[in-house]
Amino acid sequence: MKEPQIIVIGNGMVGYKFCEKLRSKTKSFKIIVFGEEPRRAYDRVHLSEYFNGKTADDLSLSTENWYQEQDITLFLNNPVTQIDREHRKVYTANGADYSYDILVFATGSGAFVPNIPGIEKDGVFVYRTIEDLDLISGYAKKAKTASVIGGGLLGLEAAKALIDLGIEKTSIIEFAPRLMPRQIDAAGSDMLKSKLADLGLHIHLNKNTTSIEGDGRITALKFSDDTVIDVDMLVISAGIKPRDELAKACGVEVGARGGIIVNEKMQTSDPAIYAIGECALYDGMIYGLIAPGYEMAEVLATNLCQGDKAFTGFDMSTKLKLIGIDVASFGDNFITEPDCRTIIFENKHKGVYKRINVSNDGQYLLGGILIGDATAYNLLLQTSNNRIVLPENPEELILGARGGSEPAGGAGITGLPDSALICSCEGVTKGDICAAVADGSCENIDDLKKCTKAGTGCGGCLPMVKDLMTYTLKSQGKYIKNVICEHFNYSRQELFDLIHIHELKSYDEVLDALGKNDGCEVCKPLVSSLLASLWNEMILKKGNDVAQDSNDRFLANIQKGGSYSVVPRVPGGEITPDKLIVIGEVAKKYNLYTKITGGQRIDMFGAHLNDLPIIWEELIAAGFESGHAYGKGLRTVKSCVGSTWCRFGLHDSVSFAIRIEERYRGIRAPHKFKSAVSGCIRECAEAQSKDFGIIATEKGWNLYVCGNGGSKPQHALLLATDLDSETCIQYIDRFLMFYIRTADPLTRTATWLNKMEGGIDYLRNVIINDSLGMAAQWENEIENLIASYKCEWKEAVENPAIRKRFSHFVNAPEDKDPTIEFVEMRGQKRTAEWKTL
Amino acid sequence: MKEQSNWLAACRVEDAIENGGVCVKHGEEQIALFYFTRRNEWYATQNECPHKKQMALSRGMIGSTTDEPKVACPFHKKTFSLSTGECLSGDECAIKTYPVKIENGTVYIGTTPKS
Ligand code: SRM
Ligand SMILES: Cc1cc2nc3c(=O)[nH]c(=O)nc-3n(C[C@H](O)[C@H](O)[C@H](O)COP(=O)(O)OP(=O)(O)OC[C@H]3O[C@@H](n4cnc5c(N)ncnc54)[C@H](O)[C@@H]3O)c2cc1C
Ligand code: SF4
Ligand code: FES
Repeated sequence: MKEPQIIVIGNGMVGYKFCEKLRSKTKSFKIIVFGEEPRRAYDRVHLSEYFNGKTADDLSLSTENWYQEQDITLFLNNPVTQIDREHRKVYTANGADYSYDILVFATGSGAFVPNIPGIEKDGVFVYRTIEDLDLISGYAKKAKTASVIGGGLLGLEAAKALIDLGIEKTSIIEFAPRLMPRQIDAAGSDMLKSKLADLGLHIHLNKNTTSIEGDGRITALKFSDDTVIDVDMLVISAGIKPRDELAKACGVEVGARGGIIVNEKMQTSDPAIYAIGECALYDGMIYGLIAPGYEMAEVLATNLCQGDKAFTGFDMSTKLKLIGIDVASFGDNFITEPDCRTIIFENKHKGVYKRINVSNDGQYLLGGILIGDATAYNLLLQTSNNRIVLPENPEELILGARGGSEPAGGAGITGLPDSALICSCEGVTKGDICAAVADGSCENIDDLKKCTKAGTGCGGCLPMVKDLMTYTLKSQGKYIKNVICEHFNYSRQELFDLIHIHELKSYDEVLDALGKNDGCEVCKPLVSSLLASLWNEMILKKGNDVAQDSNDRFLANIQKGGSYSVVPRVPGGEITPDKLIVIGEVAKKYNLYTKITGGQRIDMFGAHLNDLPIIWEELIAAGFESGHAYGKGLRTVKSCVGSTWCRFGLHDSVSFAIRIEERYRGIRAPHKFKSAVSGCIRECAEAQSKDFGIIATEKGWNLYVCGNGGSKPQHALLLATDLDSETCIQYIDRFLMFYIRTADPLTRTATWLNKMEGGIDYLRNVIINDSLGMAAQWENEIENLIASYKCEWKEAVENPAIRKRFSHFVNAPEDKDPTIEFVEMRGQKRTAEWKTL
Repeated sequence: MKEQSNWLAACRVEDAIENGGVCVKHGEEQIALFYFTRRNEWYATQNECPHKKQMALSRGMIGSTTDEPKVACPFHKKTFSLSTGECLSGDECAIKTYPVKIENGTVYIGTTPKS
């Protein structure tokens, strides 16, 4: 028999999910998908991240070859234009026709555009596809003011996008008397409105737009109350309109206000035709959220494979972060007294509003609204959905138990039944998650995501998934401590103290005394780093070189292709013309690529292993020293030019930066650390993005700590103000030793602080008030490290045994690695591409 | 069975690096030689990491996992069994391994890979 052929119209989120679900169950249908958009289905829920650096590729839901691998034929840019139900055929925009046995509408919805005179003018946009966003960002370059019509979920998101695009004045126009009328009540709306106003958004409620003014392009909006506001562009976000036009045209039954009518099997009035996602109208309702769409996909896929599943409506609870403000609603959010008891908590100062609706007998949670702080959302949602009996004082659910130490999330999850739906996007229950952890297949979040798919949709459930994982691991007695690897049953901090107490000096001694078996690539560099932090001996001594990461082992970063980089220290970024000439000469002589780094120094790339010692010999002779660009230790201390030249400079930031850099150079830590000194608050050295940063004030220095650039940027926090130079250094000494002793491996200071209980206040107490009583010891320890500093490159080139190791072939020491290839680019060399894809 | 006949005199025992690797030139080929002193074992493998075809395995850290001796490529830390060549992380293809023998303080590598 011929395989039945399924045609899916629409390659959006739900259409894609349907294909994925169907293929995971069976290979036995032929599937053809038609998409109107020019690209594969992407994550529309996170569409706005397109403005924050995500590319269309990042948002894509599948890899390029996925459809092919799954044996699905995908046509993009090719909408279906007509359906012939009698002959079971569809016609597409490019004129071809295809037969179906089963037809699935997954056409989603479009923006609802109200019929306001002038709506066709230039500068009026909708917010639905990547193309819309491209148009908006192009136009926004010329615009100073913008409005969004619609104060619902999408409107607020669009307004945020406009702010992010640099629009100076953005306003929101809402017809109803409150914001997000479907999710929150009047008091919640007031709170949200004042928070949004703080952020510079202008909110107009009760406003009915009557015309869009302008000659060809929009210049103003006119309202029924005769007021006018001037705007350069407008985004319409007044609701959604199901894409039911094709269904209607071929006689499939649609609702009076739009939407393709389906039954609980997602079947339309024509038994061979189904509809899923935002185009489907079930029980008089369009579900404009992703989770119900995915559920519909699941129902249809299951039923097509002879399963039996029904769609019976869906919880419309939502939690979002709008412009950094939590907004959530769940369950029966609008029910009021006398049908329930309402408990409200409000803190105007902090912008927090929480409301819960409790059944009159005080037993059950019916629903609620959270603004400003939605940390309790997951738990409340579960409590309400699973009809968990409430504690005696239900207000504690939103206030947190006073005096008790149990955080809101911790106690709650244990009470949930196994059937509690944790990830509604993917339909994963508490039982699924706990079972995956309990049977040992997943011990971290990435594994869990892979094997259960929990948290891979909107991601809102991730905190709860993590809690469940930790809870299950703990209850199995598994998650006892952060042990390093199978060779050491200790945490990094424990190992630090043990090595110190036993005065162990080499990796082998440590392994013999404290570990077992042969070690591995995890514990070797970690122990090496501890040894370096503790004793500051030459890291390549005593056979310790083979226990170092490759970069440390050869005192240089290994690069694509197998060559190495050479980065001499340039303290504070200050360099003499003579030294610049030396760098130029050395680079020329050994054919190295040169570039100014992001850390105010000069990198020379493409050195052969064999050449490293001779290159360094020449640099050292000219007064340079190792820049430790390869080590987990101090990198650079950037400076701005400061008071010696700058008309605003308050102190000599260059001198102080050099002093700091020379003080801490060579010290090894759990991760690299960086610093900068700025001569005034204009902050040209970007000190607030550093592990510790110093900014001159009228009276001294302000010291900031725990900042980070990199993949997860975080501003440094102010630790102390108006310090004199000596106190500033004293605090940094303590700070660094505290970090070196206690941080987990490969943890930058920012992450270390994020995990620290009590946060910056605790840290300040430890550093400034010496609350742990460790200050004197730490100051002593760091003085020892500083006193034992030696340039390790100098030691390496002067020690024949170490120097000998910088050769590629043991049996042909003069030969360089012949496989290293360079190509030319802009008058210098660069490394050849990877030889594989 | 075929007798291993081609033995390459790679280096002296004292030139090898304890608990680490060196790279041996064999015509156009590069072989990584590991002196796993802790276990008193010698291993030889191809020097090229199959992941991104980098000549780098001899510079990797060695160790073990549940008693299986292994090397980690310095580039992206893919690990390979030193005894069988099998990739222990991810699905890179296996690396070639070679027999090693020591005679009179010289290290010899059998230049026909073990199967
Ligand atoms: C050369 C340089 C880029 C450049 O051409 O400008 C560079 C190059 C590398 N960076 Fe960087 N980073 C360079 C400045 C930065 C900066 C800017 C800065 O320091 O002001 C940052 C962000 C600031 C920060 O660290 O907070 C930066 C954040 C990173 C990160 C992310 C760290 C994080 O905590 O998220 C890594 C990855 C890591 O260390 O694990 C990284 C890692 C690397 C490595 C070591 C990757 C590797 O392992 O091969 C690159 C080595 C190249 C080489 O062969 O030497 N690099 N890197 C810069 C050298 C500065 C210097 O003089 O030493
Ligand atoms: C900015 C934004 C933010 C959102 N945020 C959230 C959120 O936080 N949480 C949440 O749950 N939901 C959110 N949503 C809603 C969510 O994106 C939708 O519920 C979801 O995309 C619906 O999926 P769908 O497949 O039904 O429709 P769509 O993803 O719209 O896909 C339908 C596809 O069908 C195509 N199509 C239409 N007609 C034809 C035709 N004749 N031939 C071929 N192709 C056709 C369309 O071009 C489209 O590509 C958001 C939506 C937007 C726009
Ligand atoms: S940003 Fe990435 S690619 Fe660029 S130097 Fe840093 S680590 Fe390398
Ligand atoms: S090249 Fe060896 S792990 Fe990537």
